[in-house]
Amino acid sequence: MEATLNLWLAILACGIVTFLIRLSFIAIHGRVTMPLWFTRALTFVPVAVLSAITLPEILIQNDALNFSLLNPRLLAGIVAVLVAWRTKNILATIAVGMLILLTLQFVMR
Amino acid sequence: MTSRQEFFAGVRAELPLQVGVVPFGFIYGALAVQLGVPASLAQAMSSVIFGGSSQFIAAPLLVAQTPALILILTVFVVNLRHALYSASLAPYLEELSAWWKILLAYLLTDEAYAVAIAHFHQKGDAQHRHWFLFGAGLTLWSFWQASTAIGIFVGAQVPPEWSLDFALPLTFLAIVIPMLRNRAYGICAIVAGIGGVLAFGLPYKLGYIVAAMVAIALGFVLETRWKQR
Repeated sequence: MEATLNLWLAILACGIVTFLIRLSFIAIHGRVTMPLWFTRALTFVPVAVLSAITLPEILIQNDALNFSLLNPRLLAGIVAVLVAWRTKNILATIAVGMLILLTLQFVMR
Repeated sequence: MTSRQEFFAGVRAELPLQVGVVPFGFIYGALAVQLGVPASLAQAMSSVIFGGSSQFIAAPLLVAQTPALILILTVFVVNLRHALYSASLAPYLEELSAWWKILLAYLLTDEAYAVAIAHFHQKGDAQHRHWFLFGAGLTLWSFWQASTAIGIFVGAQVPPEWSLDFALPLTFLAIVIPMLRNRAYGICAIVAGIGGVLAFGLPYKLGYIVAAMVAIALGFVLETRWKQR
């Protein structure tokens, strides 16, 4: 019983921490003025953060780097980049990427 | 646009991303239960924390009886990128009441941020723009709750050959590629990606943060330099 309560409290604390991170700059804006270079640097944030999450997801499997052209995720990822670049369509990118991955996995089995 | 039009524009912009979010939530739910997290707790994490990557990391730590302080620190590090989203959106939300700020901060995620910042960057009538973020955030929230619940109940029956987890990097690719408006952003993305791979071994997903910081600094410096010429 006490162990379960502790788990719930830990989750609650994680939630509060996450919420405060998200609220941080929204709450202090106006009271603290942001320099121009800072706002400009911020436009690079989503590109950097999401790329840093995405490439390991494509290249690393079972804790090992798979850079071979036989890595179906790499091939599907490359095609998905081209689709995203040409169409700028999120749905098309996901659909084509998944289709190629599943096809390659089926063929290579 | 009226507040209602903004709200539904946000919903519509967010809907295509659910193709990536739903498998992600589904896999999270399935994984958490397989690890031995009680169903109620696994679902509570989706509404209390509401941060996919951090929930993935937290689930095995919970079962392993990790000390609460380490668990909280881990979630803090994984979700630290939201501080950067918060800073990026803050100028657009400064006129709002405290309650609006609290609500929108709670709903601030990668996917809601991605569509909102693209919308906010467009010129035009800005009066009801926060409703767009609310519509996008609420849409993502609803799909996230539903997909993790389905994952918790039926996730164990889906064969791993379906590779549903690949939908997540595909979603992020689809968000990032259109943002690469000049060479500086392209180099920033490549450096961040390679950095993420190289630093993958660092504990608690710290590698992402380090790689992203280096790439942001580099992209910023390159853009400044190329603009001056």
